[in-house]
Amino acid sequence: MTTIEAPPNVPPTPPRRQSLLRRIVAFVRNTWRGLTSMRTALALLFLLALAAIPGALLPQRSLNEQKVEQYVADRPTLGPWMDRLELFDVFSSFWFTAIYALLFVSLVGCILPRCVDHYRALRTPPVPTPRNLARLPHHYRTVVDETPEQAATRVRGDLRGWRAVQRAADPRSPHPDEVTVSAEKGYTRELGNLVFHLALVALLVSIAVGKLFGYEGSVIVIADDGPGFCSTSPAAFDSFRAGNVRDGTGMAPICVRVKDFRADYLDTGQAEMFTSNIAYQAGDDLATNTWRDDTLRVNHPLRVAGDRVYLQGHGYAPTFTVTFPNGETRTETLQWRPEDATTFLSTGAMRFDPPGGMYPDADERRKNQIALEGLFAPTALLHGTLLSSSFPAMTDPAVAIDVYKGDTGLDTGIPQSLFSLNKELVNQGRLVKQARVNLVPGQSATLPDGTQVRFDGAKEFVNLQVSHDPTQGWVLGSALVMMAGLLVSLLIRRRRVWLRAYPVDEGGERRTVVELGGLARTDHAGWGDEFDRLHARLLGGDPADSDGRADSGR
Amino acid sequence: MPIDETLAGYSDLAFESAFAVFVVAFVLLIWQYASAKAGKAHASELVAAGEVGALVPGRVVEAPRKPFAERLGNSAYAVLIVGVALQVLSIVLRGLATHRFPLGNMYEFVTMACTAAMVVGLVLLRGQKYRSMWVFVLAPVLVLMFLAGTVLYADAAPVVPALRSYWLPIHVTIVSIGSGIFLVSGVASLLFLLRLRQPEGSEHGRLGALARRLPSAQSLDRLAYKTTIIGFPLFGAGVILGAIWAEAAWGRFWGWDPKETVSFITWVIYAAYLHARATSGWRDTKAAWINVAGFTAMLFNLFIINIVVSGLHSYAGLN
Repeated sequence: MTTIEAPPNVPPTPPRRQSLLRRIVAFVRNTWRGLTSMRTALALLFLLALAAIPGALLPQRSLNEQKVEQYVADRPTLGPWMDRLELFDVFSSFWFTAIYALLFVSLVGCILPRCVDHYRALRTPPVPTPRNLARLPHHYRTVVDETPEQAATRVRGDLRGWRAVQRAADPRSPHPDEVTVSAEKGYTRELGNLVFHLALVALLVSIAVGKLFGYEGSVIVIADDGPGFCSTSPAAFDSFRAGNVRDGTGMAPICVRVKDFRADYLDTGQAEMFTSNIAYQAGDDLATNTWRDDTLRVNHPLRVAGDRVYLQGHGYAPTFTVTFPNGETRTETLQWRPEDATTFLSTGAMRFDPPGGMYPDADERRKNQIALEGLFAPTALLHGTLLSSSFPAMTDPAVAIDVYKGDTGLDTGIPQSLFSLNKELVNQGRLVKQARVNLVPGQSATLPDGTQVRFDGAKEFVNLQVSHDPTQGWVLGSALVMMAGLLVSLLIRRRRVWLRAYPVDEGGERRTVVELGGLARTDHAGWGDEFDRLHARLLGGDPADSDGRADSGR
Repeated sequence: MPIDETLAGYSDLAFESAFAVFVVAFVLLIWQYASAKAGKAHASELVAAGEVGALVPGRVVEAPRKPFAERLGNSAYAVLIVGVALQVLSIVLRGLATHRFPLGNMYEFVTMACTAAMVVGLVLLRGQKYRSMWVFVLAPVLVLMFLAGTVLYADAAPVVPALRSYWLPIHVTIVSIGSGIFLVSGVASLLFLLRLRQPEGSEHGRLGALARRLPSAQSLDRLAYKTTIIGFPLFGAGVILGAIWAEAAWGRFWGWDPKETVSFITWVIYAAYLHARATSGWRDTKAAWINVAGFTAMLFNLFIINIVVSGLHSYAGLN
């Protein structure tokens, strides 16, 4: 970011008031200077770090919506205010956006002029030799037998890798016959610095574009080689998040069938690996209906058509069969929600419509629906009749369910959780409990009216996520360029050396005094040693002879 | 694959021995620190005694020996090398016992970070003038190792599926080495701040006694800067590699998970440090405070985020 060395070019205070236009221009110019100064950039960096802290310590909507609800509910007065200040959406909040937008402006406003400066510096020869080399932090003086011209030319030839220019005497110089050499190296340091900051801008832009055009949807699929799903519409997903310019159309079509799922566990119940075999089609395969096989694993998504399909979670989907008094059956398999991540004790609910024709009219039929709600344990552990689970794999499954009869309320228009029945209907007596039973596969419960509810076992389901981010490659590329620029800007050292050679008369003998001065343009340790080696290489002599002042603390 | 309990036992033994060896080195270093001044006086007396003795004919005079404190410091340095070797052995044995890269929980991570800090210290602080700094580097390392061996200890075990990736050794090794380097840098900046209040030659008060044997403010500042410009790109690379891994494991390369957020904060603080070094008026004290803030963020990220805040990084076998 810009450091202004010369005082700003402000004209002396005029006797009269400036015109309004000039004052506005001055205000804009001063604001711009202030915004692009290093001090402002530092302050903004701090603000950014500070502003991100609540994002780490408070629950965030983008990560866990339920936790935020709980947090707000626990603090009835403070919570809503925190919510109004967008403390639960830190990274999309107005204040966080304001800080990084300002930082972005400051960065661009500082980097672009520096690019121009650097371009100019590359085309300008190294600065002329200062009058008094002995005043530089590093200085070395010796007397040689060559002529000044010879000495300068030889040293210039030896300065390989340096940008060097040889000049004749300055008219104001005390030594009319002197020859000087100015040399500088380490220009790539500034180049690396600029590349780093420009790549940072590119990184932020690609992330922003990716967020605008990207989407992410997740869906639960039962792993029994069923019909699967196609990512052609947001409706295919259980939850869907998309960028602002997305309207739900034009999604890349990928169809996935989940053939099976396997979870490997240690004896302790700790998971070892989750694997799912799938078949998919995308692109031209959709037209020819060709299915390709693949295996999804944790850390191993399917990458196809520029999108990714991840295996993000798993659970159990129990199967129940209801046999109605007239002998007709209805079978359903539905995912239940894992409540305990280590034992996979799950909760869920199911709703069955009686077959058509059993009741005289739709109203009567609706009042005789069968619903059940309860727990599923992959490895049953019974405390009396209380069911819990002791192991996440399905070795001895069992369910503990309440069976209801009545109106499940699905056609009331009020949304219900997939995993639980509407308690209001139970309280109102529209859904009446018929039985509370523990069942193992094959067992059934018979209701007073003769309806049988049988637990058939369970299947596994997988939670798949489809992600679309068109600029991901650009983000990675920018990050790599950023790292390269950073390394160059931290490791390359910027140095200047000057040489002055002028003739002296030593007892009738014409000899040449050669002075070498060095300046480190970056605060790098070790320039003293480097300068000593340099003058030893260029002019001979003992490396310990120079008078270095800057590195006296070494 | 089953855990090799014998090797795991040897690994724990190596860890405990390393800790014990470091305690010995710590005692030697404190002794050296306390006797540094007295040692100098002692040495001059020895020389004087030698001159007097030389006047007496027929008496064998010992050559003036290195001051006692310096010899203590040298032996402490040798003991430190043994300790680091034991630490490395403990890490290697744990890897062999579990048939995986030994960076699967916080015990292993902290051990790795401490080892990195010690190795960086052995390389950068090998000069005689840095001997007195070792006490201050070893103290936090001992505290971290104690925490690792007690509170954070986790039995050798396989890791959860999300950690089964070749990115684990790459990402976690780089981040833990970065943390180790930042530890040295943070200590150097703290001592620099102390040194600024207690300039060489005019130390005063209770802290003055502590500061008297420290290296000069300039060399401390330079050490802090030197380590930060190694640590900053390393840590940045660690974060980027973590993002690449997150893209494969969690479905997105960046999601403001608490760990990611605090890593971002840490990175921004260290970026501010480097900018402060190039801003007039910020170069010395303020820059040093920023460096200390960066190290604090690093520690916060390691302990509070992993243990207290729940997120995708709260592995560690503590919950």
